Amino acid sequence: MFIGKVVGTVVSTIKDPKVTELKLQVVAELDEAGLPRGKYVVAADTVGAGHGDLVLFAQGSSARQTVLTDGRPIDAAIMAVIDSWDVEGRLVYQKEGLEALGLDPAEV
Amino acid sequence: MHLGRVIGRVVATRRSDGLQGQRFLIVRPLDERGEACAPTLVACDVVQSGLGDVVHVCDGREATLALETSFVPVDATLVGHVEQFAHETPTAKRRP
Repeated sequence: MFIGKVVGTVVSTIKDPKVTELKLQVVAELDEAGLPRGKYVVAADTVGAGHGDLVLFAQGSSARQTVLTDGRPIDAAIMAVIDSWDVEGRLVYQKEGLEALGLDPAEV
Repeated sequence: MHLGRVIGRVVATRRSDGLQGQRFLIVRPLDERGEACAPTLVACDVVQSGLGDVVHVCDGREATLALETSFVPVDATLVGHVEQFAHETPTAKRRP
């Protein structure tokens, strides 16, 4: 999986019937420092990610391993919304509002 | 599979069905000399790895086979700790 940021949505009216009823998002791939790698993928959203969310996405045939994408021509799927991540013990990203919800990042 | 070193972890509460309880770790892929060789990736962990561990990572659809539930959207899983690895230096061909 890679870390990515949801930067847009895809709307298409003429498409394969198997791709209907899926939310397709444009995801910019990020490195471990949170900087864009300059690569983009269109991924099916399985978790209800919103614009600007930092997410994890899986690629290849693994992307079909959800109830939403099973048997469909999908090769990238958003499978988690990131709350925070750290590198070498240093916090790189913290989603706003996690503590406000009463959640401890160390225990989530 | 390829070698990697654990450099961090990702916390994600909202995740796809079947992924509850999985740990996500950030892995820097290593080459045969132990040097970084590819973009960092995020992998599930089934061997209780920690920061700094050298591990081997299974990629692709097969990565889900290491997990309890295999019908999950996972394309990389950390499947083993590496205690030692060695590689043979190619020797120059002798001329007849």
